[in-house]
Amino acid sequence: MTISLDPTNPSSKKLQPTGWLRYFSFSLDHKVIGLQYLICGFIFYLIGGALAGAIRIELTSPLSDFMPREVYNQVLTLHGTIMIFLWIVPVVNGAFGNYLIPFYVGARDMAFPRLNAVAFWLIPPSGLMLISSYFINGAAQSGWTAYPPLSITTPAAGQIIWILSVLLLGGSSIFGGINFIATILKLRRPGLKLMQLPMFCWAMLGTSLLVVISTPVLAGTLILLSFDIVAHTGFFNPNLGGNVIVYQHLFWFYSHPAVYIMVLPAFGLVSEILPVHCRKPLFGYATMVYSIMGIVVLGLIVWAHHMFTSGTPPWMRLFFTIATSFIAVPTGIKFFNWVATLWGGKISLNSAILFSCGFIVNFVLGGITGVALAQVPFDVHVHDTYFVVAHFHYIVYGGSVFVIFSSIYHWFPKFTGKMLNENLGRFHFALTFIGFNLCFAPQHWLGLNGMPRRVAEYDPQFELVNQISSMGALLMALSTLPFLFNVFQSAFQGKDAGDNPWKALTPEWLTSSPPPVENWKGEAPLVIEPYGYGKNNSQQESKITK
Amino acid sequence: MDMEKITPNKNQKLPNEIAMTSVAPKQQSSQNTISETEDHEDFRLFGLIAFLIADGMTFAGFFAAYLTFKAVNPLPAGAIYELELPLPTLNTILLLVSSITFHRAGKFLEKRDSRACQKWLIITGLLGAAFLVSQMFEYFSLPFGLTDNLFASTFYALTGFHGLHVTLGSIMILIVWWQTRTPGGRINYENKFPFEAAELYWHFVDGIWVVLFIILYLL
Amino acid sequence: MGSSVPKTSAILTLIISISLAVLGVWIAYNIKMLPIEASQNSPVYDELFKVLFIIGTILFIGMVAIVLYSLFQFRRRAGDEGDGIPLEGNISLEIFWTAIPAIVILFVGLYSYDIYDRMGGMSPLMHHENSSNSNPLDQKIWGGIGSDSIESSNTDNSMVLPIELTAMQFAFIFHYPKGDIITGELHVPVGKKVSLKMESKDVIHAFWVPQFRLKQDVIPGQPTVLNFTPTKAGTYPIVCAELCGPYHGGMRSNVIVDELNEYDNWFQQNAKETI
Repeated sequence: MTISLDPTNPSSKKLQPTGWLRYFSFSLDHKVIGLQYLICGFIFYLIGGALAGAIRIELTSPLSDFMPREVYNQVLTLHGTIMIFLWIVPVVNGAFGNYLIPFYVGARDMAFPRLNAVAFWLIPPSGLMLISSYFINGAAQSGWTAYPPLSITTPAAGQIIWILSVLLLGGSSIFGGINFIATILKLRRPGLKLMQLPMFCWAMLGTSLLVVISTPVLAGTLILLSFDIVAHTGFFNPNLGGNVIVYQHLFWFYSHPAVYIMVLPAFGLVSEILPVHCRKPLFGYATMVYSIMGIVVLGLIVWAHHMFTSGTPPWMRLFFTIATSFIAVPTGIKFFNWVATLWGGKISLNSAILFSCGFIVNFVLGGITGVALAQVPFDVHVHDTYFVVAHFHYIVYGGSVFVIFSSIYHWFPKFTGKMLNENLGRFHFALTFIGFNLCFAPQHWLGLNGMPRRVAEYDPQFELVNQISSMGALLMALSTLPFLFNVFQSAFQGKDAGDNPWKALTPEWLTSSPPPVENWKGEAPLVIEPYGYGKNNSQQESKITK
Repeated sequence: MDMEKITPNKNQKLPNEIAMTSVAPKQQSSQNTISETEDHEDFRLFGLIAFLIADGMTFAGFFAAYLTFKAVNPLPAGAIYELELPLPTLNTILLLVSSITFHRAGKFLEKRDSRACQKWLIITGLLGAAFLVSQMFEYFSLPFGLTDNLFASTFYALTGFHGLHVTLGSIMILIVWWQTRTPGGRINYENKFPFEAAELYWHFVDGIWVVLFIILYLL
Repeated sequence: MGSSVPKTSAILTLIISISLAVLGVWIAYNIKMLPIEASQNSPVYDELFKVLFIIGTILFIGMVAIVLYSLFQFRRRAGDEGDGIPLEGNISLEIFWTAIPAIVILFVGLYSYDIYDRMGGMSPLMHHENSSNSNPLDQKIWGGIGSDSIESSNTDNSMVLPIELTAMQFAFIFHYPKGDIITGELHVPVGKKVSLKMESKDVIHAFWVPQFRLKQDVIPGQPTVLNFTPTKAGTYPIVCAELCGPYHGGMRSNVIVDELNEYDNWFQQNAKETI
């Protein structure tokens, strides 16, 4: 069921570097850019993971004995910043968004290919700048939240470099967001209606709206913070009459939506993966769309739940408790719909589906602790403790990173034309799932019983549980090895995948693997039912073959 | 759970023939190849609008910070934060008029009268420059400096960030003016996206100034 | 499969739900998840924790069970190349699982509001420094747990022990205005309401006593208050919970809750002026 390729098509003449070299070039091809994002992000993931490993080693003993205290704070700051701004955000948005969205809207590229390339090429230099700050004069050491006055009083060089690179990454994110909105709304193939788009488009649309609305506020805030550091103004410096709480409000106005920026695309990706491997339509398409938009709107008005123990008046605490709790409703709908998608399907228990189901399980736990944390009286005990660390990692690692792996298993055949080794994939899943839960589940207990976050030394009664957690971290680190081996081995010696190994119906599978430069040799196919599994299949396939 | 309720339902909902996926190889027209990703004016304007929303959010953040500071942090004893109205009012008028003149220039571009268009553009540019000069004059005549107190800092941050936008806009006007020349200019009736973009941006900057004027000077 | 025999599966669903609920309650009551309760606040908090834990456990185990069941029951059998049932949605089912979480959330919200109120969170923030008037004395105070819990809102101010807390890198300094005592360890008597007024000298810190289930940031330039009543004698850790610099992890102290006479002894020994 392949589309016959037309070698005489003029569109393939576009001047682009070919071969592996194009991945190092200023390519305008959305697929190349998508893979650039993915590979670049994964390298930063390995660096951020090494930093996490250093943190877990330090925490195997109650004393600060593995690295100097200043370095510990730099390591945790870099870990948070790298994982958020250089791994999850660029990969779930940039990598999969760029690769898939043009296919899904039936376009040959993004709306602004040049802007797209610029957005990507902002990332490696700012990432390198961020990491090199460690070697210059010490990296920032005030956490990824950079709360003043701590961020004003710690060594300025590292903090300024941190601000600069976050500003660049924010700019990259905004350019990407504008591009996605324009592509989804304006570049749709004629005849394709919004409500016929694959769910990932809706997730990216919602995410991009959040990016465009909230990221600039972070940029403005960080500009003010840099003024405080460089020019000694007093916006957030109480000694000069400033107000530290205002920073927190502005910061979380971005950084809470940032959680949805990391998680909504993952929701979209899962919605693509589940139907294919369950051989069933996505359950409740319309409610899925509405719940994404509900999450976007609610996500913008819940930021102060990060400040329940900070300087917030009671009415504000109450409002943000209610708003935050209600995010559980649209999120819950999505989860019930996914489970209903599983129900009655014919599920292939491959790595992609295992990671997706792992995501559902982890995220449900993260969501439940999230609703609990939204309750002010609950939060006043566990805020800024390992309970929050556990909750957060259940959302972004158990959620987004599991989905990233699931997506790699699902789309690797499209990226390369080769299949990944399934047994190694299942082994990778088992190691990751066990390691992840071993690492983070005990941290709930740590937080409830009195261990604050971001500490290098702690009460000796927590030693055993911390060691268990570190064992989990070790498993997570080891789990990367079979994955990397699998990717390299399969890319060169893997089984040929053919164009559509999963017999999927979404448009990216209706072209060759890997796809040609402008996605389709002929006219882009009009896919109005991307989830039409189980409906007169034979007719369908014949149509595609034509 | 209640899953079995679904099962009877699906049978009703399953029509016998739905064409769900059609590849519909329409007649291949020659221009639907590369052209789809290039030469699309309306996308660019759409993208610019999205960017201006983002830019506006930066200002919104600044305004929110300023208003919160004002509501919560009292002016410390002995600190000076006084603003005179005449000069900023003049500035407001300058910018508002410049918006009108830019619009006029656009009207003449529509009429393919590039000479009149250029004339109005240069007037717009001069108004923008006059605004910047007047803003600098205000800076030098103010009794407080950047780091004197919280409100002084916020004042300079807000007006400075806006002034940066005006400077950028003025440079754009200069470029657009140069490119609308005939012959030789690249901007004309057929290719007026750069002109429209600069105009939209200029209106945006003016709009921000009005909000800024109200919040900083009048409130 | 259940669809052919709906009655059996309905009964099965019922049994599973009930056993889940029982399991959740059992876990909540039998697994010790929290440190001991040492303030009036703690039992209230633990009540909320139990309710949230029960709801959470039921939801979590339920979801995991459905996912695992689906993966097992609906797995692709060898040689089966067909598709699943082409089911695109079910409006009544979707309304059902929109409404149920909404109701649960509403209940949780109202309940936690009640809990917060009982903790004193909704009363106006005030510090009992001037025992003569009970007006909110500092307009600048933004954060904290308010002055009184609802039941004891008529407490005589003389029953309240006002203490000032100054946090700095990397220590807590307590000042007792009554005896002009300055100490690094907090001494409080059992059963007496303590009113902490907190301000930081440098960066943001946080005052947290896990056994009291209370935490409040200590902010420079922004006083915050925290009122609590210890109920159990003992020594409990005070932990800084906001990243405050290299020695953040070492910024710990103790709160020593004494019986009233022991506290009086300590107070007399340390007071600089007799009252």
